[in-house]
Formats: sequence, structure tokens, C-alpha cells
Amino acid sequence: MDFSEQVNELQRKYDEMRKELYGQLSPVQRLSVARHPHRPTFLEHILNITDKWLELHGDRAGCDDPAIVTGIGTIDGMSFMFIGHQKGRNTKENIYRNFAMPGPEGYRKALRMMRHAEHHGFPILTFVDTPGAYAGLHAEEHGQGEAIAKNLREMFGLRVPIITTVIGEGGSGGALGIGCCDKMLMLENSVYFVASPEACAAILWRTADAAPKATEAMKITAHELVELDVVDEVVKEPLGGAHGDPYSASQNLKEAIMRHMKDLLKLDPDSLLKHRKAKFRKIGAVQEGVKLDPRFKRKMKPRDAHLDGEQPPQMT
Amino acid sequence: MLHIKFSKQNKSVCEERGNHLSMDSMERIEPSIDPNTWIPLDEDTISKDVLSFCDEESYENRLIRSQEKTGLPEAVQTGIGYSNGTLIAPGVMDFQFMGGSMGSAVGEKITRLIEYATQKLLPLVLVCASGGARMQEGTVSLMQMAKISSALHYYQVQKKLLYISILTYPTTGGVTASFGMLGDIIIAESKAYIAFAGKRVIEETLGQKVPDGFQLAEALFENGLLDLIVPRILIKGVLSEISDLYSSVPYKKKLVIY
Repeated sequence: MDFSEQVNELQRKYDEMRKELYGQLSPVQRLSVARHPHRPTFLEHILNITDKWLELHGDRAGCDDPAIVTGIGTIDGMSFMFIGHQKGRNTKENIYRNFAMPGPEGYRKALRMMRHAEHHGFPILTFVDTPGAYAGLHAEEHGQGEAIAKNLREMFGLRVPIITTVIGEGGSGGALGIGCCDKMLMLENSVYFVASPEACAAILWRTADAAPKATEAMKITAHELVELDVVDEVVKEPLGGAHGDPYSASQNLKEAIMRHMKDLLKLDPDSLLKHRKAKFRKIGAVQEGVKLDPRFKRKMKPRDAHLDGEQPPQMT
Repeated sequence: MLHIKFSKQNKSVCEERGNHLSMDSMERIEPSIDPNTWIPLDEDTISKDVLSFCDEESYENRLIRSQEKTGLPEAVQTGIGYSNGTLIAPGVMDFQFMGGSMGSAVGEKITRLIEYATQKLLPLVLVCASGGARMQEGTVSLMQMAKISSALHYYQVQKKLLYISILTYPTTGGVTASFGMLGDIIIAESKAYIAFAGKRVIEETLGQKVPDGFQLAEALFENGLLDLIVPRILIKGVLSEISDLYSSVPYKKKLVIY
């Protein structure tokens, strides 16, 4: 009895359904792919795209935060500084890595490496995959806010190209702390949010059950963020998500990074800094040029300066 | 350390109010700015509903309701004015407007204030009061942290101008993790609640209660995160003294124009 025809037919149907499903993932579905336990982590991508890799450690101030991995390596013979959030590949590893939630020491380690990179001429590649910066006593006492703030400011002065890729979860300030860049890429099933859908639901809808609604409302997926002019490119994942074929996902990542890097390497440092500044300067949607109802300004301190003949300051 | 003598009688009244309650932006600006010198900036700049966001109410409606209720168009007032004879560029956040949350308008107004101060070489003072980023604007809100920090890089690091941040009750989340903690001098008001992650989130993460007084200004001071804790009533005077100290430097290098 030969069932090969029926088997092939079933296989064909399976492939078709899989294509259909993964072809149009909803934001909620993409969120679960971004958080999938087998989604390739930072180190897995590194090992797939680099020829040489050397991990470097420590903040030189008492700590080596395992939630952030840093090191130097080559892609197609060209050297880069790599910095990324590292999730664990199983529970034991996750506990060791603190679920990729860095403390202030992690951000300070990252900054040390970024300055080192600038000093020696390594372009910087950062990889974001964190639920957020760690919310703990020690972290607060040691200046979690300050460490992130410092990185945000300093990254705008680093005179080497910076490309950030969101490979999983982009958890708010914890992500942005290594994410001020010349080009922002996102793997197609990754997400970037200012607050987790669960947190947002609890605060705005007053129930964690509203998380799916919050996911849709906040527009956290790669394609939505390209529309909002926050993200520069969506990197395709193999059908079924990166966890289905990690090697292909890494190769797509490598191709996109090297393509953008080629353009960035043509720029001199001053132009780089100007472009990086402009990239973030344009983000934001405000209304102006419309005089507001005076009721909406009654508690503002009114202008009372009487400068002889001078016009009010004009903004450029 | 700056030793300030003050009458205990005067202080205790203010202390009662000042330490534990937030203060609206008008009440802050009024006493700090010399009469007839205030020029507001970007008064009509407000956030757009960039995500067409709707939770239990549309963001657009929420904005209008907040504007009607508070008499403010947004959560920050910016401008320039003289304070004790020195021209400064202050920005004062207001917790009453949607919890002082930072969205596009707050981000844009503060960025422009910094850019203006850079152009005119003015000292910058940002009074912080915020529950964090404005969730209704999603990741666009988050990016305001980077936008402001970028302007501060040019202002502080390249132009070497003086930025003083004043952290008030409460200063949390994205404001703490960006311009709040980037002051050349960081002043906090007594008993101000200053945090990155909120108390409840920490307790959920750790599964245990947080010690009393944990994220108050005094605790941050003990941990080396602040320069000064100054009673509200004395801030104007302290800012004058600081401004004086920084302008009397004998070895001022010429500014490098980038």
C-alpha cells in the first residue's frame, strides 16, 4: 500500500496553511513570536554572522552584568564592536542572565565598550532584546535612571557609525539605553514599546486582560514603526519566525547590517553626528501655528516682558 | 556644601506643603522670575494623536479634557526670563496635566528650549515632575528621551553650557532616565519621590515590600545620586549663587564652535 501521494498532499496543505498563517501575523501574534522561548538570542546571531568573535567583559567598577554581552568580532573580515541584551536559552540560563534585564552596571559596561570602540575605530552594532531595565532595589540605589540617561546623551557624540537592530523585545528605556543610532533595524516579528502591553493595559484599561487591546493600540510592531518613521528597515524572517530557521534569520540580519554599514562608512564623523541627531530630532507629532482657546492657557504665565522694540524670540 | 541659614518659622509652613505635594508650574515660575521679564516659548504647541489611540477614551478627548481642566495646553511651560538679574532658560513641568507625562509636545518644547539656550548661551534650568512617558503616543513618546538627550549633548558636552535639573515630587520613569539625571548640577526638593521604576513594579519584581523612604530625595542623596537637596523657598537664591560661581571661573577655555 502506497500512501506517498496522500502524504505529499497533506504536506502541501500544511505548508500552505503555514504560509497563510505566518504571512499575516497580527501584532498580538508577532508579540508572541518576539517572546518565543526558542527565538534566537544575541549570541546565537553573533556566532552565525561573525568569522571571529572575542567577548570582552566588565564595567571596570566592580561588576560584569550578564544581561548585556559585549565584544569585538569580524563580519566578512571587517571588525565591529558588538553590544547586546542576552536572554537565556533555558530557565537556568535566564536566571543567570537576569532575563536580559540589565542593571546600571550593564549600561555602564556598554558605555565603556562604546567609548573603546570610538577610540579604536570600531563601528558599533547593538542588538536589542530585553523586557526592560531591571526594576530592583540595587538597581535604583546605583542609579539605573542615571546610567540609561548617560548612555542616551553620550551615544549622540560617538564618532563611529552605530546600527541598532531590535531582534526580540524592545523594552522601553532599557532598550533605548543601547539604541541611539544612525540606523534602526527591526526583525519583522520583533517589537519595540514604551511600556509592555501588560503594564499599559493595567494602567489605562485597569485590567491586565486588556493586553491584546493595548498591543494593537500602541503600534509596537516593526512595520508599524517604519510607518511612524522611527525604524528604518524591517528585516525579513524565514517563514515560521526566526526560531524556525535561525541561520537564515541571521543571514538576513547580516545582509541588512552590512548594506547600511557600507553607506555609513562613507560619512565623516561630523556628518554622522549630524545625521544621527536629525534622525531623532524629527520624531514627534505636534500641532502648531494654531492659536489655542485661551481657556486652555489660563494657567500659563503670560508674557510680561517689555523689551524696547524687540520682537518675541523666533524659533528656527 | 552650601550652608543656608533660614528662619525655622518660615520654613516649617512651606515644608509642610512643599515636601509632600506637587506644585503647579505657574506657582513655581511666578516667584522665580523677575517681574516684567518673562517671554514664554511655544505656547500653542500641543501633541497630536499620532497613533489614533483609544483606551477607555480617545487620546484626543483626553487631551482636550486635560486642557480644559488644568488651564494648560501641555505638561510643560518653557520660556526665558530674568532671575535675580540673570537671563535664564527655564522649563517647568506640571504633574497636573496627565500626570506630567512626556509625549511629543513636551519633548518638542523642551528640545526647542535647549536649542534656544544653546543659540543664546543661556543657562538652562529644567524643573522635572512626571509619571513617565505618555503611553498614548507609544514608541514616539519613548524617542522623546533620545531627542532631548541629543540636544543636551550639543548644549552640555560640545558647547559646555550649564544645565541645572531640579527634581520634584514626583520624578519617575523616562524623565529620570533622560534629562532629569543629566544636570551638571542635580538639585532635588526635600522628600521628592525620584525613581526610575515605580515602587509597585519593584515590589512585584522582588516579591517583597520596599523599605520606607526608599526612593525619596534623601535616600538618593545618601547614594550619591544628587548634588543638593534644597527647600523650595530657597531655590531661586541657590540658582543665583550657582550661576555666580560658574560665571566667575578664571580659566574659562574658549568655546569650541562645532
